Amino acid sequence: MIFYLLRRILYTIPIALGVSLICFMLVHIAPGDPINAIAPPDAPLDVVAQLKHEYGLDKPLPVQFSIWLIHVAQGDLGHSLVTGRSVWEELKDAIGNTLRLSLVAATIGFFLGSVFGATAAAFRGTWIDRTLVALAVTGVSLPHYWLGMVLVVIFAVLLNILPAMGAGPGGMAWIWDWEHMQFLILPAVTLSAIPMGIITRTVRGIVVEVLNQDFVTTLRGKGLLKSHIFTHVLKNVAPSASAVMGLQLGYLMGGSILVETVFSWPGTGLLLNNAIFQRDIPMLQGTILVLAMLFVSLNLIVDLIQTTLDPRIKRS
Amino acid sequence: MKTIHEPLVQVRDLRVRFVSKDATVHAVNGIDFDLDSHETLCVLGESGSGKSVMLRSLMRLNPPNKTVISGTLRVNGQDLVTATERQLSDLRGRVVSMIFQEPMTALDPVFKIGKQIAETIIRHEGISRAEADKRALDLLELVQIPSAKERLNAYPFEMSGGLRQRAMIAIALACKPKLLLADEPTTALDATVQIQILLLLRKLQKELGMGVIFVTHDLGVAGEIADRIAVMYAGRFIEEGPTSELMRSPLHPYTQGLLGATVHPGMRGSRLITIPGAPPNLEHLKEGCAFAPRCSKAQSICLNQTPKTMQTSPGRSARCVLLASAT
Repeated sequence: MIFYLLRRILYTIPIALGVSLICFMLVHIAPGDPINAIAPPDAPLDVVAQLKHEYGLDKPLPVQFSIWLIHVAQGDLGHSLVTGRSVWEELKDAIGNTLRLSLVAATIGFFLGSVFGATAAAFRGTWIDRTLVALAVTGVSLPHYWLGMVLVVIFAVLLNILPAMGAGPGGMAWIWDWEHMQFLILPAVTLSAIPMGIITRTVRGIVVEVLNQDFVTTLRGKGLLKSHIFTHVLKNVAPSASAVMGLQLGYLMGGSILVETVFSWPGTGLLLNNAIFQRDIPMLQGTILVLAMLFVSLNLIVDLIQTTLDPRIKRS
Repeated sequence: MKTIHEPLVQVRDLRVRFVSKDATVHAVNGIDFDLDSHETLCVLGESGSGKSVMLRSLMRLNPPNKTVISGTLRVNGQDLVTATERQLSDLRGRVVSMIFQEPMTALDPVFKIGKQIAETIIRHEGISRAEADKRALDLLELVQIPSAKERLNAYPFEMSGGLRQRAMIAIALACKPKLLLADEPTTALDATVQIQILLLLRKLQKELGMGVIFVTHDLGVAGEIADRIAVMYAGRFIEEGPTSELMRSPLHPYTQGLLGATVHPGMRGSRLITIPGAPPNLEHLKEGCAFAPRCSKAQSICLNQTPKTMQTSPGRSARCVLLASAT
């Protein structure tokens, strides 16, 4: 088990390297120059050259990448080209906000998805099943920036009961009170639509498969009551369902760019969005690296949970 | 007047249909038999003859939303046709138990063997977990599982097919049922393991005094374990009788064909006789003997009229017009 863990942690090094390299290359393939974002459009050429030199942007790309890498290895993610603040300082708060948003969205999505999926499976072939599956397909198919805007129009503009953007008063300091939480509701509901749909379909599929297995007949044959059979089914469904949920949680953390932008939620998504438009390379690189590491460690946690849930999976 | 002695199982004109939007399958089409405790009945038939459906209906285990059942079905004095789902679940596992064909898939893969035995006992007898665990250990020893104590904490995938089937038997016997139903329990096992399981079942049946109904397509297995054999075809018993008599002088052409298509020692070199054709489609139930299209002795009357059960001697009967013309 210890060796398995160590091996998995070592695996993250090549993943981190690969992700950083690809991201670095993509930024430089895209048109535009970070200097354009910093210097005024009419700045004289020698000033631009001076700036380029100061930020190290005149060096060859492999050298730029190596310098960044050496700094990261020493725990230094660099400074934002735009604000001049430390990347890590900006990220710290943003990660907290993204985690808060994605965990709440995941809780909503996974809870509804599990309930809908299990219900659809229990009533498979009936109108209940068809309605829930239709709901799931809708959840997956709706573009969530569109859903976000519609929710804003309804709840913030027309009904005026929920705030449309931001993360509440007091800047970055978050407290779990209504004053702050009301800002979380709309983005979290928007973000939960896709995982709700995917988990509904997944859980329905797995539960139907488990219910069709012979051992369910054995359980009925033993005279067990429905509630008792349900716990058996649950324990059989849990390993695969938790794997899909873990992946979804990963996507939520990395994939909330659009939703965070629509709601101006100060998380990593908004940070990324700004960094992309301003060609803020250190910010972009740092954020992506940290998100990739989050995703990888989440996968590891899911694998470990699965091992404890399903005795047939052995890690050694 | 009330009868003094009611048999353990009493089946009269049992019919089972599976109804869905696309088709109706007539799986069981009028079966009558009695079974006493201590008695072993073997139901012999090929795939699709309705034998498993008949067996499952003895504890109403067929899918409830698709199954239509009619006739009389009494087990241990209780009417199963009118019983509620709650009454049935009280009966299942306590009065009637079943052993299934595939020991791998019939056990829950993520629950320990001990737990799967104990939960049955807890469900029906309401005893504590510790007591139930102790009973589970006794049961594993009863079915002769080596190092039973360790096996209590084993998962099904950690055991061989033979051991899993023994564990399945332990679950079935957990609450000392009066009636044990066995659905081809040895079909999925190796030949050497098969005979061990059969011997174990026979021994347990004697010790616990259960009535046993054993479904199989294997004549050898039937000869090994049964007091009586019933031959099933297209959802009906077409012949019934004590094991040795039925094997020695089969009455129905189908039974004769089955026995002819079995390998005996001393037959080396001679040609094996097979029954031509395939069993009928049970979606369309026709009047007439279901076996007639495959029968070498069929007459025109066979196609028009379903033969009645004829008793030739006490305990022996068959559904064939040839018997009527012979007497």
